[in-house]
Amino acid sequence: MSVDAATVKKIASLARIAITDEEVAKIAPELDNILGWIEQLGEVDCTGVEPMTAVIANQLRLRDDVVTDGGKRDAVLANAPQAEHGFFTVPKVIE
Amino acid sequence: MTNLTDLGVRELRDGVRAGTFSAREVADAHIVAVSKAKQLNAFLVETPDHAIAAAKQADAARAAGEMLKPLAGVPIGMKDLFCTKGVQSAAASHILEGFKPEYESTVSQKLWDAGAGMLGKLNMDQFAMGSSNETSYFGNVISPWRRADGGNAPLAPGGSSGGSSASIAARLCPAATGTDTGGSIRQPAAFTGIAGIKPTYGRCSRWGVIAFASSLDQAGPMARDVRDCAIMLEAMSGFDAKDSTSLQLDVPKWEANLNASLAGKRIGIPREYRVDNMPPEIEALWQQGIDWVKDAGGDVVEVSLPHTKYALPAYYIIAPAEASSNLARYDGVRYGLRDLPEASVIEQIKRDYGLPQSAPSLDVMYAMTRAEGFGDEVKRRILIGTYVLSAGFYDAYYTQAQKVRTLIARDFDRAWETCDLLLTPTAPSAAFALGEKSADPIAMYLNDVFTVPSSLAGLPAMSVPGGLDKAGLPLGLQVIGKALDEQGVLDACLAIEERAGFKARPDAWW
Repeated sequence: MSVDAATVKKIASLARIAITDEEVAKIAPELDNILGWIEQLGEVDCTGVEPMTAVIANQLRLRDDVVTDGGKRDAVLANAPQAEHGFFTVPKVIE
Repeated sequence: MTNLTDLGVRELRDGVRAGTFSAREVADAHIVAVSKAKQLNAFLVETPDHAIAAAKQADAARAAGEMLKPLAGVPIGMKDLFCTKGVQSAAASHILEGFKPEYESTVSQKLWDAGAGMLGKLNMDQFAMGSSNETSYFGNVISPWRRADGGNAPLAPGGSSGGSSASIAARLCPAATGTDTGGSIRQPAAFTGIAGIKPTYGRCSRWGVIAFASSLDQAGPMARDVRDCAIMLEAMSGFDAKDSTSLQLDVPKWEANLNASLAGKRIGIPREYRVDNMPPEIEALWQQGIDWVKDAGGDVVEVSLPHTKYALPAYYIIAPAEASSNLARYDGVRYGLRDLPEASVIEQIKRDYGLPQSAPSLDVMYAMTRAEGFGDEVKRRILIGTYVLSAGFYDAYYTQAQKVRTLIARDFDRAWETCDLLLTPTAPSAAFALGEKSADPIAMYLNDVFTVPSSLAGLPAMSVPGGLDKAGLPLGLQVIGKALDEQGVLDACLAIEERAGFKARPDAWW
């Protein structure tokens, strides 16, 4: 299985990372090499083996369904690149 | 007059308690050392006011005859992965440059509650992705160590906690926080002749630690000896309701219970860790370590961890997969960098970057922000992660890797039937020169060959200095323990430390 330029462009678009053709040309063989190395995992017989879900046996805790935090609008917005009227602002998406 | 920057955590704590020196003197000495060491590029932000405020509190408490807190008078370094209120926390990335959290991570808060002060934020590999500290947006950290060949080739301090390792080895701070996802505490500790422990997954809260791979990320201390690590780890550990994987357990008295006798302990030597092309000096150090643990009363047994060779490829599926999810949050909307091109150039950008002509400018903003804000290694891992999680490949890659992870954990469980601890080298080489491995991602990944398996299994593991190689560079030994047996790990490392008598330190050339 080889990673070609079209595949790199597709995954970059899924990952929302803009990528130029020159970068694609550089990254494609790197990813191909790394994924080729990773593929040795296929030789491990995993018949009947469950995928790992937790490294240390631990119970997910439940808590009462009550408000425990909040009222921090200004703190939440403090690091926003752009915020107006108590909201995050983004470029217009509906013409 | 003792040079206060030569003292470790315990000596500083005890000296301040006894009144041998004041906490303010300790803070000032370290602040000066940090300010003189710019060439190492270990600190991204210096916070002398924070260290001085903590010192003043310690001195005032002592003057008032109050009981001093466990870390009163001890100034430390904080890895840039930890969110610190009002102080830039960027994970050494461009995308978070200027981010000043409105909150404090649980681990850093625990350290401040224990009386420690902060000297500053420490450089690291960007988002903790790297093994040489060459992926930081803010430049490489230079190891204080140099080869004894008279050359001045700048060496890697290890990574990702490279600012932590360099600053401790250079006596800029007695201890620092690190984080370890696949070896990021242990490998830099080994490269710089210091100690560092990654505790059992869940001991230290991940809340407020900028996420890389959540099922692997674990904070831990780095310091110049085993006892200092035990003191720091006690302050950093403990249950936190804000982290769903936090272990609801009391924190043991690791320092008080330290015991360098290994009588009755079985130390396993995993045969699969004898990798090809291992330098003879690493082999010799490992043998020396075996002799040391025998001398301490331990019984040495050979064990097998048959799936060891699959740990790295499994890691390089699981960690990038989790990273691609975790780093999806950096979109230029809520915090960090935003790259919103001018309307007049948006059409041109869509053509240059192959974005669909129909893409709204919001999508262009996401893609440009992330292209601009992430470094090459971070992009590489996000792309790998996106690929292995994408439709059609998920089972072949991700599910298979998680099954192999089960087998790796099972290997350790089987080993614990015949031994209590494992002894291995920490890294397959001494520190390499900056630039030496950065062209080949896989060569860089292989540096974590001995540290990744225990990360995948969530086990406590520690690196302790063992000796120097022919070039005069430090080499580390690693002890891996059963889940929750940090005490056993610390004890074995103490036994090694006492016998290694490692006193070497880098000459101050900076």
